[in-house]
Amino acid sequence: MSAALQTEAEAPRHSIALEINAVSHQFELHGGRLPVLDAINLRLAPGEFVALLGPSGCGKSTLLRLVAGLEPPSAGEVLADGQRITGPDPSRILVFQDPTLFPWRTVRKNVAIGLEARGLLRTHQARIDNALALVRLERFADAYPHQLSGGMAQRAAIARALVNDPQLLLLDEPFGKLDSLTRLSMQNELLALWQKVGFTALMVTHDVEEALLLSDRVIVLSDRPARIVAEFVVDKPQPRRRDDPDLVQLRQTVLATLGPIRD
Amino acid sequence: MSEAVRDGEARGVSLAHLAGPIWRDGALASAAWLLAAAVTLVVPDVVPWGSTPLFAWILVAGAAILLVGAVVVPRLGGVGETIVHYGPWLIALGVVFALWEGTTAKLGWLPKPFFAPPQGLLHVYVVDWKRLLFCIGYTLRLWSYGFSSGAVVGFFVGVALGWSARFAYWGMPLLKLIGPVPATAWTPISFFILPTTFAASCFLVGLSAGIPVAILTASGVASVDHAFYDVARTLGAKNRFLIWKVAVPAALPNVFVGLFMALYYSFAVLVVAEMLGAKYGLGWYLAFQTGYSAYSNVYAALVIMALICSGIVKLLFVGRGRLMPWQQKGVL
Repeated sequence: MSAALQTEAEAPRHSIALEINAVSHQFELHGGRLPVLDAINLRLAPGEFVALLGPSGCGKSTLLRLVAGLEPPSAGEVLADGQRITGPDPSRILVFQDPTLFPWRTVRKNVAIGLEARGLLRTHQARIDNALALVRLERFADAYPHQLSGGMAQRAAIARALVNDPQLLLLDEPFGKLDSLTRLSMQNELLALWQKVGFTALMVTHDVEEALLLSDRVIVLSDRPARIVAEFVVDKPQPRRRDDPDLVQLRQTVLATLGPIRD
Repeated sequence: MSEAVRDGEARGVSLAHLAGPIWRDGALASAAWLLAAAVTLVVPDVVPWGSTPLFAWILVAGAAILLVGAVVVPRLGGVGETIVHYGPWLIALGVVFALWEGTTAKLGWLPKPFFAPPQGLLHVYVVDWKRLLFCIGYTLRLWSYGFSSGAVVGFFVGVALGWSARFAYWGMPLLKLIGPVPATAWTPISFFILPTTFAASCFLVGLSAGIPVAILTASGVASVDHAFYDVARTLGAKNRFLIWKVAVPAALPNVFVGLFMALYYSFAVLVVAEMLGAKYGLGWYLAFQTGYSAYSNVYAALVIMALICSGIVKLLFVGRGRLMPWQQKGVL
């Protein structure tokens, strides 16, 4: 009881502003250099939901890794609430395309990783139950990852992120490997969580419809090295309908911006 | 169909109905054991052996237990099913005892003294049990000191090699150079350098166990999926957490492969070390009794050794199951 109250008092804010200033990045490859990001400028207001679209391999995931602090950018800077990002921090959590749950831990212990790593496990037990309840996995708390379906595993991964009360959630094609039905329900769940918790969200996807349904803004990136080529504001209140004529229209425009489909 | 057969069938059905289900293999095994007992007791020995009546009576007792089991086992539930599973083995055991008894003690077909009858082994246990117990104690002491120290050192060295690039730079070439050398090759030098034969034997057993554990732990830690580290780092994990809560559990299946290899290597080295320098121990017992052509004693010690080694292997399997409940199917 007191722990729950304390939690509420500790984290009154659930979102941060993100600033990406002239960020360029390159990989060192076999002695050569491969530029992946070219002078990206992007600002996210607190609580905003922004989707990144772009051809595959264009560097979207790299941008998320830089924002998460897993790697420093080659040039430019990333600011969280005005503070330069120098390393990973539990306030900014990355959810990967693969759930990457630790197979040797139960769902509950997977969700607990963030608290355990920071020595908060004793005092914040209640948060684990809350996170599991948010993604409706209470009944599978003691299951091992190999016993979960793809959708359940991804929900567990999201719970593992939410338990840390992230102010910025970075999603790297989180539903890319799910079947289309599971994907639809997961999109709705993510939307509900975002509305309920109020974190800032930056999501990489290659599904235009998903981007238009969920986000406030859609950023379209070019082929590698990625530059921002277009930005669309999705000015529609939630809940949105997939067959909304405006969204269908917008979808055509976005697809045209993405360019001819090459495969 | 004749009346008589139908009659018989009817009687069989009514008997079964009266007694409930019978464990058929148990009854057959009982008969086989009784046969072995009869061969042992009734047919005269070509050459007299000690403990012949004792062996026969043990067989009779076994047959009696199996006969009771034939009725009781079907009513035992889970435990009963396990026993039923081994029914054919129990039958085979009775048959083997009868054949073994017949071809050695009773007919003398197999050349003496290389082939001892079953009562020959039994006689060793009856007469020499004190010395055998002593030897078991010595062997277990040497093995557990050597294996546990080797495995622990190997594990930590392996973690360091797999985790730290600098440690791997200096350590890996050494391990690759020393690793393939059979531990027994170090026997002369270790007996020369180390103060006691026990220390030398311990060192050899430890070396044989430590190297496979180190190599497999290192490769396990080094090959952990980097996504696991990324996840843990974004969740706020520092190096300590990354090593002990990510790298080590992820590498645990490899560590266990290393431990299983270490078991087999350490058994081999253990016996050699005992044969060379020790004053007691099962390896010493084997060498000593072979020298006196006391083959019954050799077989008796081999049986004990087989039981101990397979028991330890079984124990490691149980330990692995406890430590890694997430692994549905084992790697071995």
